[in-house]
Amino acid sequence: MNKHLLSIEDLSKSDAIQILDTAEEIARISDGPVKKLPTLRGRTIVNLFFEDSTRTRISFEAAAKRLSADVINFSAKGSSLSKGESLKDTALTLQAMGADAVVIRHGSSGAPARLADQSWMKGSVINAGDGTHEHPSQALLDSFTLRRHLRDSAGDLSGIKVAIVGDILHSRVARSNVLLLKKLGAEVTLVAPHTLLPFGIDQWPVNISYDFDDVLPHVDAVMMLRVQRERMSELFFPSEREYSRGFGLTKERLDRMPKGAVVMHPGPMNRGLEISAEAADAVNSVIVEQVTNGVTVRMAILYLLLGGMSA
Amino acid sequence: MERFHVTKAKDLRGKACELKFEGERIVTEFSSTDKVTVIDAGGSTLIPGLVDLHTHLREPGREDAETVLTGSLAAVAGGFTAISAMPNTAPVADTAGVVEQVFRLGQSHGLCDVFPIGAVTEGQAGTTLAEIAAMHASEARVRIFSDDGHCVADPLVMRRALEYVKNFDGVIAQHAQDPRLTNGAQMNEGLVSSVIGLKGWPAVAEESIIARDVLLAEHVNSRVHICHVSTAGSVEIIRWAKARGIRVTAEVTPHHLLLTDELARGFNPIYKVNPPLRTEKDVVALREGVADGTIDIIATDHAPHPAESKECEWSAASFGMTGLETALSVSYQALVATKTTSFEKLISLMSSNPAAIGKYEGHGSLKAGSYANFALVDLDAEWTVEPTAMRSKSKNTPFANYVLPVKVNQTYFKGNRVFSGGVK
Repeated sequence: MNKHLLSIEDLSKSDAIQILDTAEEIARISDGPVKKLPTLRGRTIVNLFFEDSTRTRISFEAAAKRLSADVINFSAKGSSLSKGESLKDTALTLQAMGADAVVIRHGSSGAPARLADQSWMKGSVINAGDGTHEHPSQALLDSFTLRRHLRDSAGDLSGIKVAIVGDILHSRVARSNVLLLKKLGAEVTLVAPHTLLPFGIDQWPVNISYDFDDVLPHVDAVMMLRVQRERMSELFFPSEREYSRGFGLTKERLDRMPKGAVVMHPGPMNRGLEISAEAADAVNSVIVEQVTNGVTVRMAILYLLLGGMSA
Repeated sequence: MERFHVTKAKDLRGKACELKFEGERIVTEFSSTDKVTVIDAGGSTLIPGLVDLHTHLREPGREDAETVLTGSLAAVAGGFTAISAMPNTAPVADTAGVVEQVFRLGQSHGLCDVFPIGAVTEGQAGTTLAEIAAMHASEARVRIFSDDGHCVADPLVMRRALEYVKNFDGVIAQHAQDPRLTNGAQMNEGLVSSVIGLKGWPAVAEESIIARDVLLAEHVNSRVHICHVSTAGSVEIIRWAKARGIRVTAEVTPHHLLLTDELARGFNPIYKVNPPLRTEKDVVALREGVADGTIDIIATDHAPHPAESKECEWSAASFGMTGLETALSVSYQALVATKTTSFEKLISLMSSNPAAIGKYEGHGSLKAGSYANFALVDLDAEWTVEPTAMRSKSKNTPFANYVLPVKVNQTYFKGNRVFSGGVK
C-alpha cells in the first residue's frame, strides 16, 4: 500500500478491499470488552485541521486513540495558522516535532498532495478532505457500510447500483465515492441539476440523470449530499424549495425506494433541504451507522499505513 | 566609430552569411576599412534580436521578484534585445512619471530596450481612462496600452480606449478574461478540473471578450491586440476577424504551445498561470493558428514570482511563469521540431512581427539601418533547464529539467555584446 492516502487513486482494488476487510476485523475486536489496541503505541499522529470539521476530527482522533497512538490536534483557529503561517512552515514544524502521520483537512484542493510531494514531511499524509477534491476516508467508510448491508461484509460491490444525489460540483465526498465505487465494481448514477455538475462530467465513468424519480426505483443505495445554502446566491439553484422538490429525499421519494435499499448521508445534514426528517430517521437509513463505521475504517487506514513501519 | 564584421555565421535558412555594423547600426558596407574588429560566429546562426511584447518586470513595487535590471539580464540571455514592461506594478504604470521611470531604468542599464506598456485605465481598475496621451507624449513614447492581469471588461471603456489611441496609431492589448465567468477560477475548465476539484476557467470567458473586442475594433476602425491567446475557439474568432479585415493581431506564449492542463493533476502550482494551460486540442489549434498566420507573434508573458508564491497550496499560489530565458527554445520545440513552421518563420514571430505591432523602430531586422541587435544561436545544441542557473531573479519556470533545443551563445544590443554564454 502507498505511504500516503491522498486520493482513492492511491489505492488498488485489492488495497481498498484490504482496508475494508481490516476494518471488519477491527469491528469484531471492538465489539469485545476491551476497545483499545496497542498497535500504534509510541507513534504520533497529528490532526491538522485548517477547516472546522468537528465530526471528521473526532472520528480520526478516536481511531488513533483506540490504536494507542499519541494524538496532537492542531487546528487553524487561535494558532499560528490563523496568523498566516504557510503550509510549508507548518509542515516543517510538525516534521521537527516528529509526527509519524498527519491527518489534514484543508480548504484548498491538493493541499495534502503538496504536503506529501514537497518532502517537507517524512511521515504519512492522510487526506481528511481537501477543498472540492477528495475525501477518501469518507468513501471507504461508505463502501464499508454498503458492503455490510448489501454484500455480507465481504468482497467487492460489483453490480450494486448507487445514486449520488446533489451538489456533485463542490463535493469531495462525491469525487472519492465515484472513484472507489467504480473500483469496487458498483454502478454509479449522479443525480443533480446541470448547474451542480462539473463541466467535463460527460467523460466520467458514470451515468448522469437530472430526474431523481426516474432513478429511485432502481437503486440499492442513495447517497444524499449536503447542499450549502450559500450556493443559492451563486445562482446554482433558485430557491431551497425548488431544489428540495427536484432533488430532495422527501417522504414520498423514500416510499418509492426498493425494499432493502439504504439511505446514506455523509453529514452534517440539512434536514428539510436535501433530506427530509422521515428519510433521515427511516429504518433503512444507515446515517448513524456511517458515523460508527467511520471510526472503524479510519482505524484500519491508520493501522495499514503506519503499522508496517513500526520499529 | 567602432566597426565590427561578423563572419562565419549562418542565416535563418542555414546558408553562410555575415553582418557588418558601425556603432549601433547595421551597414551594407563600412564607411572606412579602419579598425574593423572581426567577430567569428564559429558557424552559429545569426538571428535578429528578439522582441517581446509581454514582459512583467515587477519594478517598481515588487523588486523581490524581478527588477528592470534582472529582467533585462534574463532577456538578453534569451536572445531578446527589446522587452515590453507590463504596467501591473506598484504603483501601476498609468502615468507619464511611472512609464518614464521604467524606460530610463532600461536605458541606464543598457542591456536591451525596455519599452513600457501603459495602463488603459487608472490603477488598472477598469473604470476611468488613464492619461494615455501623456504616456505617449512622454520620453517613453508609449504606443501599447494594456490592463494586463485584468481585462478591460466594460465594453464602453474598451470602445473609448480603442478610439482614443487612434490619435497616434496606438494599440490596446487586451487581456481577454470575463471577470464574472472566472471569479475564483484556478485552471482550465474541463475534465481535469472536474476530477481534481479546482475551480474551472471556461474557454468562453476568453472567447466572448475577444469576439466583443474584434467587433468593437471594427466598429471604430482601430487596432486591437489580443494577449496570450489560449483556446481553440479564440483562434477561430481571430481567424474570422482577420478574414473580415478587422485590424486585430494576436500573441501566444511558448508555454501555451507546449503544455496542457494535465500537468495540474499533481497540484504543483508551478503550472498555475493566467490564462490557464488548456487541453491538447487547444495546443494543436494554437499551433495551426501560428502556421496560418492567425497568430502574429510569440510573447513570453514572463511573470516572475518569489519562491514563497509557488511553494504553497495551489489556490494560494500566484499565477505566472518565467519565460524570457526559455522562450526561443520552447517555441522551437513546439513549432519547428514539430514541423509546424520553419525556423525563419519562428524568428519573424519573435522579432519583426512584434516590432511592427509595437512600432519599435530599428528592431527585429538585420537590414542596413536597423540597430545592431542580434544574437548568435546554436541550433544543434541542447541544454538542460536549471532554475537556479537562470538570470531572472525568480525561478518559477515550468520547464525545470527539460532538455531543450537551441542555445543562445551571444547577444548584441546596439552594437555592444550584452550576453555571452558558451562562447565557441
